[in-house]
Amino acid sequence: MRLATRQIAAIVRKDILLELRTRESITAMAVFAVMAIVMFNFALRLRVDAFRPLTPGVLWVTLVFAGTLGLSRSMSSEQINQCMDGLLLAPCDRSVIFAGKAIANVIFTLAVGLLVVPVMAILFDETLMQPGVWLVVLLGVIGYAGAGTLIATMAASTRAREVFLPILLFPLALPLLVAAVIATSGFLDRLPLDEFVAWIGVECAFIVIFWTAGTLLFEYLVEG
Amino acid sequence: MESAIQPPAAATRIQSREQVTRAIGLAAAGMLAVALVMVFVIAPSGDVRSGGEAQRIFYFHVSSAWLGFGAWLVTAFCGVRYLQTRDLRWDRRAHASAEIGVLFITLTLLSGMLWGRPTWNAWWTWDFKLTLSALQFLMYVAYLMLRGGIENPEQRARFASVYGIVGALTVPLNFLVSRVLQSIHPAVFGPSVNAAEQGGFGVSSERFVILLFCLATFTLIYVFLLRWRVRLLEREDELAARKAALIEAT
Amino acid sequence: MTILLSATNIGKLFGMRPVLRGVSLEIARGEFVAILGANGAGKTTLLRILATLARPSGGALTIGAVDALAHPDRARAFIGLVSHQSLIYPDLTARENLEFYGRMYGVGKQRPEGADQEPGSRGERVGRRVTDDELQPLVEDALRRVGLWNRRDDLARTFSRGMIQRLTIARAILHDPLLLLLDEPFTGLDQAAAANLSALLCEMAVRNRAVVMTTHELGRGLDGVTRALILKGGQITHELRDDITAGALIALMTEA
Repeated sequence: MRLATRQIAAIVRKDILLELRTRESITAMAVFAVMAIVMFNFALRLRVDAFRPLTPGVLWVTLVFAGTLGLSRSMSSEQINQCMDGLLLAPCDRSVIFAGKAIANVIFTLAVGLLVVPVMAILFDETLMQPGVWLVVLLGVIGYAGAGTLIATMAASTRAREVFLPILLFPLALPLLVAAVIATSGFLDRLPLDEFVAWIGVECAFIVIFWTAGTLLFEYLVEG
Repeated sequence: MESAIQPPAAATRIQSREQVTRAIGLAAAGMLAVALVMVFVIAPSGDVRSGGEAQRIFYFHVSSAWLGFGAWLVTAFCGVRYLQTRDLRWDRRAHASAEIGVLFITLTLLSGMLWGRPTWNAWWTWDFKLTLSALQFLMYVAYLMLRGGIENPEQRARFASVYGIVGALTVPLNFLVSRVLQSIHPAVFGPSVNAAEQGGFGVSSERFVILLFCLATFTLIYVFLLRWRVRLLEREDELAARKAALIEAT
Repeated sequence: MTILLSATNIGKLFGMRPVLRGVSLEIARGEFVAILGANGAGKTTLLRILATLARPSGGALTIGAVDALAHPDRARAFIGLVSHQSLIYPDLTARENLEFYGRMYGVGKQRPEGADQEPGSRGERVGRRVTDDELQPLVEDALRRVGLWNRRDDLARTFSRGMIQRLTIARAILHDPLLLLLDEPFTGLDQAAAANLSALLCEMAVRNRAVVMTTHELGRGLDGVTRALILKGGQITHELRDDITAGALIALMTEA
């Protein structure tokens, strides 16, 4: 293994180990997500009889909101004892650290997605469990975790910390949210693929833009 | 890093810069007067469906939107230059441009609402172009809040630069999204499917000239405000530097 | 003597306030340098710049043969840092902490004895294929040297302050750095641990590494120090080579 690959793997492995031991991030995200779904169900059904058209929107807003919990947790774990300095002391490019943290965030957010999608499929009697939807979720989570890792690093060094993460991240994540909702709807409504395949393309473009930006710009966020 | 305390030799250069700013301000004020005459006297009024007399707001609406979105690109460009040069002058420009961007995007939203009320019979619709403007407004607010949340000027400049750049990167995606999603907002240039029903109107050559003039006027106002604000920020930094020097001396 | 670190005219501004003004120093292999100064003299800032964690506002920095401002990632392989913060994950065990950092440093094989190949040359220990099997003996060695081997599988959050400090030191020497930087390393250590650390630092110097530490305590940890620098108001005001005693240092530091 090249050193950079080994370093990325080391960061991911460390984050997974910490998560398995403390269970703080995924548990919090999962509980939050299920709560959000239940609350959406209550709040929305009071006026809307047909809940099904709302499913993709509810799914993605839930994932996006729950995701911020994991993202800020991922950065605050590096701030205890200034562990981020330990990462920064390693003989590697800053982009390696970004990649390691972002991949770990993808894994955690995806774990929540793996829970939320079946839960919603059961509660809302929707055909969410299909390969197309899983693809949309996978791409959406990769894009969101990439942008989120960059912004969470930024938010972690501000005075108000957690407060800043959603404020800074949501305006940037909007095109991803729109694309993911439309693509999910496309699969649920069994539309012909070529009618909405462009939105999967938007998800991919988002991934490319934010993972590139993260790789290039991360160093400016961590230099002392 | 530059020293913010100006040596006396630079004083004349600053003075001449301030004179240029004043001249731009005067020119912008003069052009604004002409623009008002053009918009309210010379321009033809719209037909009923495009809002009648309210259609005249279109010229200022488009001009504000141009700067409301364009100012962010200036902020992003200054961010790139800051990260390259580490010269706080670029950060002051980025900061000033964002503040003025808030002004223009707010004008865009307000003028759009004023037109939408008689034309669409609603102050606000969740049309994608409107939502995009609202989003742009929120992005400016987030940017300025981020700046407010960081004490160290150098770190603030770095973070703000990064946010400005990633914000600009989402612009093409947002435009792609707004192009594809159905919009009731009139597409002023280029064909629109059911333009007339949406309150659309053709831009005749006369209207086009007036629009160009308004765009130029608003751009000049932007340049004036930018220079003015940058100078003010520069003075704030000078003051901070003098204060630090004084504390150091005692 | 080979120069390991060379800093020229390092300056650092915090906003508009200068913290360092034109600090120049050279550190050679085998040296054990103490930087002394009152609180707020700029010691920590200087050390963070030498460790490539902070960027100076001006000046040049060479570590090994590497321009540390242009290629900090390469320079970092030669540096070990003990900072104020422990950089230890409380929810990992002592061993897991070191294993993680070992992987980050690409640690695996002992540097060949003699270890005098020029630090600028690539491939000394960076970018080689290494496996976890090769990492284990190094982790064990580092833990034994700071006396934590019997607590290796305990979570770091159960450690006392002094034990955390020892683990921090083990973390910093794990990759056998050519240049060990320490920020007030004796704070929080009891007598025995302090003596142990002193011995370890002297041994580093004897093995042709270089040690730079900051301290504001004039009495402790000065055994074996070959050079003392006094930092005042962001500048190095005095340098003391022989006769480094607490008395001499107090006289210099209180001098107007």
